[in-house]
Amino acid sequence: MASTTQTEIPPAPPGRRTRAKSTGRVGDKIFLGLSRGSGILLLVIMASIAAFLTYRAAIAISDDEGNFLTTFDWNPAGDPPVFGIAVLLFGTVVSSIIAMVIAVPIAVGIALFISHYAPRKLAGAIAYVIDLLAAVPSIVYGIWGALVLVPYLEGLNLWLDQFFGWTYIFEKTEIGVARSLFTVGILLAIMILPIVTSVSREVFLQVPRMNEEAALALGATRWEVIRLSVLPFGRSGVISASMLGLGRALGETMAVATVLSPNFLISLHVLNPGGGTFAQNIAAKFGEADAFGRDALIASGLVLFVLTLLVNGAARLIIARRKEYSGANA
Amino acid sequence: MSHASTSVQDRPVPTPPAPVSSLSSRTLPRLAPLGFAVVSIALGVGIGAAAGWHSRVQWGLLSALLFLTISYVATSVVENKRQAKDRLATSLVWVCFLIAVVPLASLLWTTISRGSERLDGYFLTHSMAGVLGPEASGGVYHALIGTLEQVGIATLISAPLGLLTAVYLVEYGKGALAKAVTFFVDVMTGIPSIVAGLFILSIMLIAGLEPSGLMGALALTILMIPVVVRSTEEMLKLVPNELREASLALGIPKWRTILKVVLPTAIGGIATGVMLAIARIAGETAPIILLVFGSQLINPNPFEGAQSSLPFYIYEQYKIGEAASYDRAWAAALVLIAFVMILNLVARGIARWKAPKTGR
Amino acid sequence: MAKRIDISGLSAFYGSHKAIDDISMTVEPRSVTAFIGPSGCGKSTFLRTLNRMHEVTPGGRVEGKVLLDDENLYGSNVDPVTVRRTVGMVFQRPNPFPTMSIFDNVAAGLRLNGSYRKNALADIVEKSLRGANLWNEVKDRLNKPGSGLSGGQQQRLCIARAIAVEPDVLLMDEPCSALDPISTLAIEDLIGELKERFTIVIVTHNMQQAARVSDRTAFFNLAAVGMPGKLIEIDETERIFSNPSVQATEDYISGRFG
Repeated sequence: MASTTQTEIPPAPPGRRTRAKSTGRVGDKIFLGLSRGSGILLLVIMASIAAFLTYRAAIAISDDEGNFLTTFDWNPAGDPPVFGIAVLLFGTVVSSIIAMVIAVPIAVGIALFISHYAPRKLAGAIAYVIDLLAAVPSIVYGIWGALVLVPYLEGLNLWLDQFFGWTYIFEKTEIGVARSLFTVGILLAIMILPIVTSVSREVFLQVPRMNEEAALALGATRWEVIRLSVLPFGRSGVISASMLGLGRALGETMAVATVLSPNFLISLHVLNPGGGTFAQNIAAKFGEADAFGRDALIASGLVLFVLTLLVNGAARLIIARRKEYSGANA
Repeated sequence: MSHASTSVQDRPVPTPPAPVSSLSSRTLPRLAPLGFAVVSIALGVGIGAAAGWHSRVQWGLLSALLFLTISYVATSVVENKRQAKDRLATSLVWVCFLIAVVPLASLLWTTISRGSERLDGYFLTHSMAGVLGPEASGGVYHALIGTLEQVGIATLISAPLGLLTAVYLVEYGKGALAKAVTFFVDVMTGIPSIVAGLFILSIMLIAGLEPSGLMGALALTILMIPVVVRSTEEMLKLVPNELREASLALGIPKWRTILKVVLPTAIGGIATGVMLAIARIAGETAPIILLVFGSQLINPNPFEGAQSSLPFYIYEQYKIGEAASYDRAWAAALVLIAFVMILNLVARGIARWKAPKTGR
Repeated sequence: MAKRIDISGLSAFYGSHKAIDDISMTVEPRSVTAFIGPSGCGKSTFLRTLNRMHEVTPGGRVEGKVLLDDENLYGSNVDPVTVRRTVGMVFQRPNPFPTMSIFDNVAAGLRLNGSYRKNALADIVEKSLRGANLWNEVKDRLNKPGSGLSGGQQQRLCIARAIAVEPDVLLMDEPCSALDPISTLAIEDLIGELKERFTIVIVTHNMQQAARVSDRTAFFNLAAVGMPGKLIEIDETERIFSNPSVQATEDYISGRFG
């Protein structure tokens, strides 16, 4: 025993050891300083984002002759300058809600397909492809939506108007191509499908095997196993996945900017062309905006920022609560 | 073998005269769903064509509805209500999958088929200098240069910054500062790209700076850092604590432990994370519109003057609205998707190749 | 009620790996049959073939016949869902549905099958909980989540859930291995009572337990790691523990291996 220890770890000479220790301390300090410094830098960046945006936004809002929250117009270059976010807030929320209503059930379906229905080899391949699709740039979705999806949706719009026109929402009162909030909602649904799917799939795959076997052993069909064991376990995970998707839908710029033909009206007829969203308005109005106009756009961006903060914060909160919950049960 | 041998995976199609017993029941043949699908698609297409609906979206939706109804009704007649519900759920899940696949396949197919029309060596090596919108000429070279430079600068800034932050959070992080950093990284993850652009814009307005590639790169940095931090953090957490302890027990200082033991173990995953982050920011358009302004000319200097970038170029060409410009937009979209997909595939390749063996 | 199980020539596979090889035996009704054997000998896998749970593991596949009073569980027209309703199962770790109350846990199987009168549900739940010797401990908190009970109570809750649907056979896969000695004793007493009504098959690692609760004992063994498990012998428990006919059984029981 003694001889092997000696050959493997020769005792270091005392001088060398102290030297190593001292460089170690200095190195540790430098390294800790560097890594802590970058952490602090991140905080500074975030703080200044909030500060700078608020500062520029305050300049704009204080000179706004209309009501920033309720005005149905965007004319910061006018005399007097008048602009308000009512239409943008409405369009952003409505298109995102449409996206969620369409995307979440389908995403849950695909996630279940991958986790519980598809043959194992196929499931792996599908999950891989879905993850890849999350990487397709939004501008590509945008031109696809504008050049391919819009013409295809005219028939569907006709149907909705014909059969569901009585709901008011699906009544199409204006003739025109389908460059509407509804189409934007569908495109956003397609775009957030991958993220909602992959988060939900992860949650469904985490369902403890013994929970599923409990249902199976009682004589449950596959659907009953999912209803009894998988969905209750995965519910909060699906909710937070949806919130992450919602966060993306709210802030999406290019897909909306390419598809929508904007106007500054609030209309619940979602099939009519028109409306606008925060991000789309910024991208569309930026080119022609003067210095003050840019500040006005920054002000609207600040509202969008707060909106996404709230949604993402809610998602994080649910995820954190779920961790405690599943930990207590494990 | 004398006994009946039954493999569960390929159960034989049952024969109609079922023995009367408590366990056996009438079941639909195994391939019945396929039959239902064929029938409903045929009906959907038939009705759609007969009614003269132009949009194939309608045909598809009708087929899907028919498929769900037929499976439910057939199963509840032949088997029972519970099985019918189960069958309905299965059919629904399949329909969901197909509904999602169709647009995604269409997107890829359109990009590839339309994009390959214009994509050639000339397109990749020429700018739009002196090319008018309707002309079927010009290329994407200036945008490629812009994208590579902007993404390159963003990566040079955010990779080390993100890596160090993640090291701090995992190896040193305790207390209020670490909590605050974690929280703000979460916040940054959710920032819409256009807001990141507005932030740099507000700084530009205050400092009186001009649009340039660098400004765009800074906005991309804001979008990239949280992605790098998150993925690096995950990877560092996968490194087993025994490794760190083994190294520390040998008297190796902590920073050398991190540099020589922890980071090399996780390097594959970290590289993957960085590449996925690059792939994500390479497709960002909104900040470029605000901060780089776009240009038809080759500007190799990212620190001065307007530049273009691939996603911006696509948007610009789309907005011109001519047949020739649509062609250029699709071709550029193909280049962009290829760029992003290659990054993704390589990243995932690295992840698989360098996966920490002790991790799972 | 309480049916006999005749197994003939049964083999089970995980993908291409054969886990148990050509097992034939008879399980008597209204009795407790214990499966013992070293780890990895396939006794749990074999148990799971008796209610067609083996095939839900990816790659799981079964060959052979399992007759439940002359009816083959693996017959071509047999729905595994019906089989699992007829052959109940209790698992190694207690697995009540975490989001459901105690009452809903017991009622879960009945609600799935829909074969009960609405006002009878509460009676059946009470009867099942009494049958599982749990009623007195939980009658005041039937609406509390089942996951709030102790491990031993949770396991008895799972037994109540399994017997609520009146199965013909009750399979138990090491039901006491995650429990403390006192809870184990409670479950063993319960098994003694339940065999009046059900055919019970129990897998156990604990030979004393097998000796205490079972009427017949089957010993499984495998030739080497990676080889399929085989049935060595099955006999009256007393015979197996006092005078087994195969040397390997004696070696295992006297602690010479395993």
